[in-house]
Amino acid sequence: MHLIEVLDLKKHYASGFINRQYTKAIDGASFHIERGETLGLVGESGCGKTTVGRLLLRLIEPTSGNIFFDGTDITKLSRREMRILRPRMQMIFQDPESSLDPRMRIGESIAEPFRLGLQGKISSSEWREKVLELIDIVGLNPEHLNRFPYQLSGGQNQRVVLARILAINPEFIVADEPTASLDVSVQAQILRLMMDLKSEFGLTMLFISHDMEVVRHMSDRIAVMEKGRIINSLKDIC
Amino acid sequence: MAMLDIVNLRTYFPTPDGLVKAVDEVNLQIDSAEKLGLIGETGCGKTVLGMSIIRLLMPSTRIMGRIIYKGRDLLDLNEEEMRLLRGREIAMILQNPTTSLNPVIKVGDQIAEVLRLHMGLDKEQAKSKAVEMLAATMIPEAKKRADQYPHELSGGMKERVMIAMGLAGQPSFVIADEPTKGLDAKTKAEIIKLIRDMTANRSMLMITHDLAAAGETCDRIAVMYAGELLEVAPAETILRDPCHPYTQGFVHCLPSQGLQPIPGSSPSLIDPPPGCRFHPRCPKAMDICKKEHPPMIKMNTGNFARCFLCT
Repeated sequence: MHLIEVLDLKKHYASGFINRQYTKAIDGASFHIERGETLGLVGESGCGKTTVGRLLLRLIEPTSGNIFFDGTDITKLSRREMRILRPRMQMIFQDPESSLDPRMRIGESIAEPFRLGLQGKISSSEWREKVLELIDIVGLNPEHLNRFPYQLSGGQNQRVVLARILAINPEFIVADEPTASLDVSVQAQILRLMMDLKSEFGLTMLFISHDMEVVRHMSDRIAVMEKGRIINSLKDIC
Repeated sequence: MAMLDIVNLRTYFPTPDGLVKAVDEVNLQIDSAEKLGLIGETGCGKTVLGMSIIRLLMPSTRIMGRIIYKGRDLLDLNEEEMRLLRGREIAMILQNPTTSLNPVIKVGDQIAEVLRLHMGLDKEQAKSKAVEMLAATMIPEAKKRADQYPHELSGGMKERVMIAMGLAGQPSFVIADEPTKGLDAKTKAEIIKLIRDMTANRSMLMITHDLAAAGETCDRIAVMYAGELLEVAPAETILRDPCHPYTQGFVHCLPSQGLQPIPGSSPSLIDPPPGCRFHPRCPKAMDICKKEHPPMIKMNTGNFARCFLCT
């Protein structure tokens, strides 16, 4: 069963007031992702792969086309309906430090989804326990909970981002170059962790990267993008 | 004779938490026209080592040892003498072009500044020479690009501007800090080729955590960990047959070599582990590694490694 189904997706940006020009960032992309599958999306910088990721979560509005999430066309949903759906889909960004609130301690950041009641009503002692559980899963220590993002390394911050996502407990994750700003050894640690989490929690993932080798390791199927189009899906490449 | 001879270099930063030993007892020689790759994890001290050579560190930093460049000890020079050397003799291609370039000055003018200060060109000459330098880095429409601001250029183009700027003063020694960071595969390959072509007759210290890039560009590779050098060997042997367990682990982290992470994380540079600094993470650690600090030894192959297992 397809968790994600994308049909003829387009995103055009307009620029200029008198001489109106259109940039076709996404020019008719169609693909699907099955439940529990990781689809790798590769392409040069500027080919539109990040735009695809953002469109799938409707962080930006498509020009035309349909995006089905678990059978629902999310392009037709109102903001309110989208809000209800959003905890089921999450995104990991390239730069972990700028995706965490610099004024929030790590512990508060990870606890935020519980405080907002995304996991139903639970007592504060219960969510404290859950936070401790989560940081253990992502390989951090309780001593990190009282620190701020600037006091942690890039790799540690990306672990915090992963813990926060697990607290939300989504079904679908868009990972947009999650290790681009990390060095090779930390990259290996984070990617291994993501593989473990994926199989443990049965996550479905769109893994965006320009590194073919990395995508090969992470994906079940690979789609290649060029100038706003998906030029082919490579099956069994890994 | 080596063009650059680093002897017993120690670079320490005093901080409220203690003395950070970012570079600790480093010995390294770089010959004329030789390219040396310096690899290691984030925070191991590789950028600080580069910055120590060109002396672009805070005044409170303590730099000890000797850095002999063409027979002169750079650590004996005063700031004015050092300023004349920077850009002209020794140049640095800084990492992160987005933050290293001045956002409110056109890129052509930023390159021209180097030419006016170091090559004695007047404003007009410098400007046309800057366009020439940009064209040499294979930027299409160099004349138009020279008149643009950094935010109007892509990451790859900004890296080319950094290279043009670094080489504008015709330095004989270039320090390139992470020149391929954040670039996609195709642009990375182009930048590596460009660096190789443009530094053909110069010496270079290339700081990177990209083993593949270092392997393609450099003659020799030095591996740094927690402020120390752990292994120095020709580029082809270090990738194919590394001796130090850390280098082996580092190679295996590469997605093409199995994506096997080294467990744990880099140690504190204030209070590094006793004995071998890598022993808490080393899969082959023995009792002696916890107590004794291994010396850098010359192996039978002629390569250097700091490990009791390498002979």
